[in-house]
Amino acid sequence: MATYILKRLIGMGPMLIGITLISFVVIHLAPGEPTDMQTQLNPKASAEAYQRLREHYGLNDPIHIQYWNWLKRIAKLDLGNSFRQDGRPVIDKIKEALPITILLNVLSLFLILLVSIPIGVLAATRQYSLFDKLTTVVVYIGFAVPTFWLALLMMILFGLELGWLPISGLHSFGYELFSPAQKFSDLAKHLALPVFVAAFGGLAGLSRYMRLNLLEVIRQDYILTARAKGLSENKVIYKHALRNALLPVITILGLSIPGLIGGGVIFESIFSIPGMGRLFYESVMARDYPVVMGILVIGGVLTLLGNLIADASYALADPRIRHGK
Amino acid sequence: MTNMTEIGGFKAFWRRLRKNRLAMTGSGIVLLLVLAALLAPWIAPYDPTEIDIDQIMMPPTLQHPLGTDMLGRDVLSRMIYGSRVSLQVSFIAVGIALMIGVIFGSLAGYYGGKTDTVVMRFVDLMLCFPSFFLILSVIAFLEPSLLNIMIVIGLTSWMGMARLVRAEFLSLKEREFVLAAKAQGIPDRRIIVRHLLPNAIAPAVVSAILGIGAAILTESALSFLGLGVQPPIPSWGNILTAGKDNIEIAWWLSLFPGLAILITILGYNLLGEGARDALDPRLKL
Repeated sequence: MATYILKRLIGMGPMLIGITLISFVVIHLAPGEPTDMQTQLNPKASAEAYQRLREHYGLNDPIHIQYWNWLKRIAKLDLGNSFRQDGRPVIDKIKEALPITILLNVLSLFLILLVSIPIGVLAATRQYSLFDKLTTVVVYIGFAVPTFWLALLMMILFGLELGWLPISGLHSFGYELFSPAQKFSDLAKHLALPVFVAAFGGLAGLSRYMRLNLLEVIRQDYILTARAKGLSENKVIYKHALRNALLPVITILGLSIPGLIGGGVIFESIFSIPGMGRLFYESVMARDYPVVMGILVIGGVLTLLGNLIADASYALADPRIRHGK
Repeated sequence: MTNMTEIGGFKAFWRRLRKNRLAMTGSGIVLLLVLAALLAPWIAPYDPTEIDIDQIMMPPTLQHPLGTDMLGRDVLSRMIYGSRVSLQVSFIAVGIALMIGVIFGSLAGYYGGKTDTVVMRFVDLMLCFPSFFLILSVIAFLEPSLLNIMIVIGLTSWMGMARLVRAEFLSLKEREFVLAAKAQGIPDRRIIVRHLLPNAIAPAVVSAILGIGAAILTESALSFLGLGVQPPIPSWGNILTAGKDNIEIAWWLSLFPGLAILITILGYNLLGEGARDALDPRLKL
């Protein structure tokens, strides 16, 4: 197991180089420059100031030199400073945004697992029943719903019509003065809609996956054996079948990481949540290369790590894979 | 595997697809959408860009069945014209993805060895990116135009198709008809294009149908963020942006375009899944 993980970690090296290279090229081949914001749009800026600014950001060097310099810095975990007015280190900006995105995603993953596994199991054990057909319809719709539209509808219904939930930001005005209990309920209220919207697409996917998986497992010989032994149906399903059907879910969760990070752009913008998605959107619009690069790279690293953790825990959970190794 | 020869050819495939009611519903939706896009100038009740100051922000009425927007433009007409954007973007983007996927997949599957390793590593690499981030940065750094959107969506969604084509090639290339062609000295390119591809492409095409829904979603998300089709050209995404900006007063601007996106994607998904089941009846559950 340890050698397997080590091998995978070493294999991540070239992948990381690839990720940074693609991000770098994509961003730097595009026309337009970060200095445009400060010079082209500012009639008072002289040509000399423009050159000084380019020099300052290293934009005069050929692209491969720029990439090499950037790699050297990132080897020291230095992602550079933001091109925006505040000029803060990229790593600080990401450190502020990442926990918020992770909190959102962990909560929505939790919600997804909590709801979709029981739904999948019920639908599979009662195949072709009314419940099964109903969930199938809901799942099809769930796959097709644009999350940003769902977010708008939820905002209209719960935020404006019913007035139950706030529709933007993470905290109410005067949050600092609240007692801990008030703070918690305030945060929970602000998170309710975003978490639900973030979870919705995943709910559909995982319920359907759970159902198919369980149907597949129920046909296996060992389930027949379990039934032949005279075990109760509940025991057959929950002890023998469900455990096996749950295994691939680990992989699915690992594979869903890039989608979750990427999906954040839209609903974090809609709900004005200061997470990675919104930071990325704002940085892209401001042509803030260092932040954009930093987020692309960190997103890639998180994906690689997520896949590794998923594969490793799969191997830990399933002796067939562990011993086959 | 799901080679055309093994499932009884196209006719048998079509017979199975025809029996699938959900898939037929899906194709009905798709057909309606194509018709709406083609016939837009004749069926749209108003000019989609015509501004009418007297009719600003009207809720749905008989005159304007889906209401009007902040410039008094008819929402129904804008949505009918918007379907053109969705259709165009999704077909061309998915076409590009299919082309890249087929080329990479065939090369990797046919030649194997180093070519295969390099191509498949590249596929893994592309899958590591949160693709929406990549799309967003390219579109924002280039000009947000229809052409750029189509190209970028295409360039970031070919990986699954490459894998499917490669898998088909791997199982087909040792078969007698391919060996016979090789023994006759037929050049590789001809073997790939004429002998292997026709047998190998079906699963990739099915995945392309399913990809159309995803492409429509991406395009509308980009338009929604203001990085897609630029006003005054109507698209479902930018009508939704107007909905967001006027969320407190005009629910119809939010409701209808989203509903159109949902129904369209539902149609493509139903059709695509039906086609997948018809391709490989053994998989059907």
